[in-house]
Amino acid sequence: MRSIWRTLDEGLARDVALVCLADAIVGVSFGAITVSSGLPVWLPMLLSVAVFAGAAQFMFVGLVASGGNPIAAAVTGLLVNVRHVPFGFAVGDLLGKGWARRVAGSHLMVDETVAFALVQRDPERRRAVYWACGISLFVCWNLGVMIGAFGGSVVNDTDAFGMDAAFPAVLLALVLPSLRDAATRRASLVGVVIALATAPFLSAGLPVLLALLGLGVGLTGRREGKPVQAEPETAS
Amino acid sequence: MTGSTSIVLAAILLGAGTFAFRFAGPALRTRVELPAGVERLLVVAAVVLLAALGGTASLLDGHHFAGIARAAGVGVGGVLAWRRAPFVVVVMGAAATAAGLRLLGVP
Repeated sequence: MRSIWRTLDEGLARDVALVCLADAIVGVSFGAITVSSGLPVWLPMLLSVAVFAGAAQFMFVGLVASGGNPIAAAVTGLLVNVRHVPFGFAVGDLLGKGWARRVAGSHLMVDETVAFALVQRDPERRRAVYWACGISLFVCWNLGVMIGAFGGSVVNDTDAFGMDAAFPAVLLALVLPSLRDAATRRASLVGVVIALATAPFLSAGLPVLLALLGLGVGLTGRREGKPVQAEPETAS
Repeated sequence: MTGSTSIVLAAILLGAGTFAFRFAGPALRTRVELPAGVERLLVVAAVVLLAALGGTASLLDGHHFAGIARAAGVGVGGVLAWRRAPFVVVVMGAAATAAGLRLLGVP
């Protein structure tokens, strides 16, 4: 465990800490909003430990608080979380071999940990930042939620602090270096357009998944862009 | 009381299902050695998902426009990131812009 923290340099550790702080503040609001909408005080904490995925948790609580069927709310939350399947294939090699590591590492797989890991070139740093970010986020998120649940409406409106703009900015900043690659950039641009165009009409979670269709465009584009690689016409 | 039982069950269902989604990749990857091309495709797929998540979260709140303040905040963050400002500056810049605009009454 100690080697994880040693591999991180100061700058990377500071970036992770900043994201943890932002998420903790959002966690406080999640706890406060859940309790103030009349739901039991243990619910935000149970969700934050068992689900550990902010968007799905907000979705679940919002639906249940407005009188929705809890099972239907869980299914909606699951739809929001399907994106973790492709995430798992992308970062699965970072978790290590043992059973315990794979179980713990999988549970720590959230947007931020995946984004932080993907920008690192060196495999050792990838692994280190994945675990460091995952563990600290889990601790900070749950602490924040607990404070919010018990502390009540201290920070009810995190939008006033611009926290709703911080999350997309974090993702953008972490994804940007990968966009230097032309095929990735094309695929992402098309994906974002698809997600934005379909989001007003589809259930939450689906638009982001549909963005994967952008992969087709990105990769076809690459093939068209390199006609040089074609086979020599006559071999005989 | 039935109410809270079904909420607990639903929360556990959501947690277990989410875990299954997360575990699928790591569990399956140890059984098959993936070709380099597929490996790369998976990384690009994750980038596309994160970009789409960031894109929708910057502009939309559910089905509706999230408001000028948030969009402008993320825009400022995006420009800062593009100009290779430090990560802290990017995130603080985005949050401060959105918060400042709201303070001025911009939705």
